[in-house]
Amino acid sequence: MDGATAPPSAALARIPAARWWRGLPGALIGLAVACALAAIAPDQGYYLNIIMQAVTYAIGVAGLVVVLGYCGQISLTQAGFLGIGAYVLALMTTRLGVPFLVAVPAAMLVCGAFGLLLGFASLRLGGHYLAMVTISFQVILTLVLTNWIGLTGGPDGVSGIPRPAGLAGARAYLGLCLVLLVLVMFYAWRLKLSRLGRAMQAVRDNEIAAGTCGIHVFRTKVVAFGISALLGGLGGALFAGAFSYVSPDQFTFDESVVMLTMALLGGVQSPFGALLGTFALVILPEWLRFLKQAYLAVYGGAVILLMIFMPEGAWGWAVHRFWRASRPIGDWPVPPLPLLSMQGAGPGAPALEVENLAMHFGGVKALDGVSFAVRRGSVHALIGPNGSGKTTFLNVVSGLYRATSGTVRLGGVTLDRLAPHERTRRGMTRTYQNIRVFRGLTVLENVMIGAERRGNDVQEPAAVIARALAALDFVGLGREASLPVGSLPYGHQRYVEIARALAGSPDILLLDEPAAGLNSTEKQELGLLLRRLKGHGLTILVIEHDMKLIEAVADHITVLNFGKCIADGSPREVLSQPDVIAAYLGEPQPA
Amino acid sequence: MLAILPQLLYTGLGIGAIYAICSLGFVLLIRAANVVNFAQGQFSMLGAYIMLVLLVGLGVPYWAAFLLAVVLMAAFGILFAGAVYWPLRHRSQLTVIISTIGASILLPNAVLAIYGPSPATVPGLFASSGFQLGPVFVDSQYLSIIVVAVLMVALQYVVFEKTLLGKKLQATSQDKEMAAMLGISVVGMVLITFAYSAALGALAGVLVAPVLFVSVGMGATLALKAFAANIIGGYGSIPGAIIGGIVIGLAETLGAAYISTPYKDAFGFVILLAVLLVRPRGIFGELIAEKA
Repeated sequence: MDGATAPPSAALARIPAARWWRGLPGALIGLAVACALAAIAPDQGYYLNIIMQAVTYAIGVAGLVVVLGYCGQISLTQAGFLGIGAYVLALMTTRLGVPFLVAVPAAMLVCGAFGLLLGFASLRLGGHYLAMVTISFQVILTLVLTNWIGLTGGPDGVSGIPRPAGLAGARAYLGLCLVLLVLVMFYAWRLKLSRLGRAMQAVRDNEIAAGTCGIHVFRTKVVAFGISALLGGLGGALFAGAFSYVSPDQFTFDESVVMLTMALLGGVQSPFGALLGTFALVILPEWLRFLKQAYLAVYGGAVILLMIFMPEGAWGWAVHRFWRASRPIGDWPVPPLPLLSMQGAGPGAPALEVENLAMHFGGVKALDGVSFAVRRGSVHALIGPNGSGKTTFLNVVSGLYRATSGTVRLGGVTLDRLAPHERTRRGMTRTYQNIRVFRGLTVLENVMIGAERRGNDVQEPAAVIARALAALDFVGLGREASLPVGSLPYGHQRYVEIARALAGSPDILLLDEPAAGLNSTEKQELGLLLRRLKGHGLTILVIEHDMKLIEAVADHITVLNFGKCIADGSPREVLSQPDVIAAYLGEPQPA
Repeated sequence: MLAILPQLLYTGLGIGAIYAICSLGFVLLIRAANVVNFAQGQFSMLGAYIMLVLLVGLGVPYWAAFLLAVVLMAAFGILFAGAVYWPLRHRSQLTVIISTIGASILLPNAVLAIYGPSPATVPGLFASSGFQLGPVFVDSQYLSIIVVAVLMVALQYVVFEKTLLGKKLQATSQDKEMAAMLGISVVGMVLITFAYSAALGALAGVLVAPVLFVSVGMGATLALKAFAANIIGGYGSIPGAIIGGIVIGLAETLGAAYISTPYKDAFGFVILLAVLLVRPRGIFGELIAEKA
């Protein structure tokens, strides 16, 4: 344990991800460029307007990067948030005389509040709910802005919006907007590399695995949408100051569509892509005037073509094409992986206890009163023919399904009412039969998510990286850490999943058919790995079909058939029992 | 005010029946292909424009134009599947959703570029505008809509529950791999669903055209109501789609009459938010969780 909490700092400093100042030089250069651009920009006229529009829009589009690019949730009301931000600023400054720089955060907060309301309503369920709710919200918002004349001035809008004192000149104000844009870019870029950003990407890539890695999926989605609303509000407030006039037709559904296209065209995974897309679509239409009212049709077609041919957008494509994955992380002493389960209590006490667990799907009794206990420090195998309820059992135990009745206890604590991430927090991690890795992330990032579970003994970023590397080293993938996980062969992806579960230093590890899909060499390696884990005293509950593997590692076997325990005991006892043999060989009942 | 209530209920039911038909097409695609089709409403818009062009532009007789519009849209459904869904069928659901959003932007704006923004009218199915029945004036177009909606629901029930094709469609929607192993042409089933879904959309479009005007924006309006109907009724539920559609039709008709006309389109949304906050799985909520 001590080795992991005090990582070799000199070695870790060589990993870019561990540097606290990561990206700061770039941000400073960006700020300098922003000031220089503001100084040489035209101080009036058409081109100034174009630049103002691009800069304020880009801040809003960065919000789409967070919610859609990082978290995979479709928001179709980004222009609506710009509108709310713009109107709040306009009304506060013109009607109430609030200073501009006070009204900007207020505008952002109002947007954030709307974001939370919509998010709470729609994000508990799948991603398309948010899309539907935000489209409706966008339409209603336009109705309100147009018809609530007493508040919004109706179709005439609000004019005479001031700029902040001292920054009223065109160049000075543009400078302010550009500086804020650079800060937003820096924030969005750092967010992607942060714990929260990783959680968002995990949710995007695989909600179920994210939950069992300890991520609060719903809250992560709401936060992502909330951030996108805040950034929309900031962009809108600056937009209002830039043009000193707002009206409902500036913030319609069409504009939300334009912003979506901007993000997708440039590349929604990166704030730089979004910036590129925004500037392209603000400037291009000036050259594409011949399109007239067909421009939206072209955007719609472009969205389809982008999804088919360039789903990562221009920036994503360029990065893929010209950027090689960074070199394998060099050799240095990796701290050992602390594996001994449940420090403190003596071996042999029950770690996981299951009592009368039942899970009914309609009339089907997938689990029908299962009871057994997994002893601490043991490798406990759960076997049974196909359809006997093994995977259902694991899903109930890890909280993906809510049991019809019965109780699950971990270290004496009842888990029954807890969501998957709360169970993980209490020390339970798992893998899946059909591998669930986070495809958009690197090997290291995948395993860091496992190490970052709440309740783990490491929480500091550097210690988390050290722990993740230790886990990767343990499964033999230390040198692949910086590769995208999708580039690994199937068997290695399985090891990434196991490393992800180990990095959380669990009290109990649940393995769902770890040998499924592996060839015989890989199965042998897996057997060795499981034996090493056993040697470290880790408590493991493993579901497996491969009897050789079971016999090699299991201390204890429980057999399920038709949702019931038909045998429970040492491997020798269980495997010689007649009804177990019958269940496997198809006699007297079909397997 | 109360005196007009029966009339409002009748009108609301008629509008609700339109939303129900749209919503039905929407649900079928979710069930058969796991596609959340944001361009569903555009099927109605295109259907109505095809009818308009055939009827007014080419002088095709009314019933022929009506049926031809529905049939052409069924063919369009297959084209749509090939362009918007097929290339992305192995990718994440998110990509497919964004692709259909792209289509929902492309289609109305393409029509806008060709026919311009001014709405057009189409005559009703019957020459008579309707008859008085007690306190209610039974408008013949709304009556036709309600009758067609009932017929479509009945037809769908018979096809799905009583025919082999229906069983194959259901099998495909429940487990594509297993269906393929049993020799069902999954591609064929998915294409049939797209065609049928587009035809249903077109039917809603040509039925509602005499009531609402044919306009470029009609697809988006109908789509929003179909989504909301779907969520209110319960995501992926067929009875839910129908009940949800009727709930929205009634809510906005009554809301427009008694509360505020400009905010007519907002009432369905308010109900939608309330349902999501209180009972997120809707009236007939089915638990369609991803298989773990």
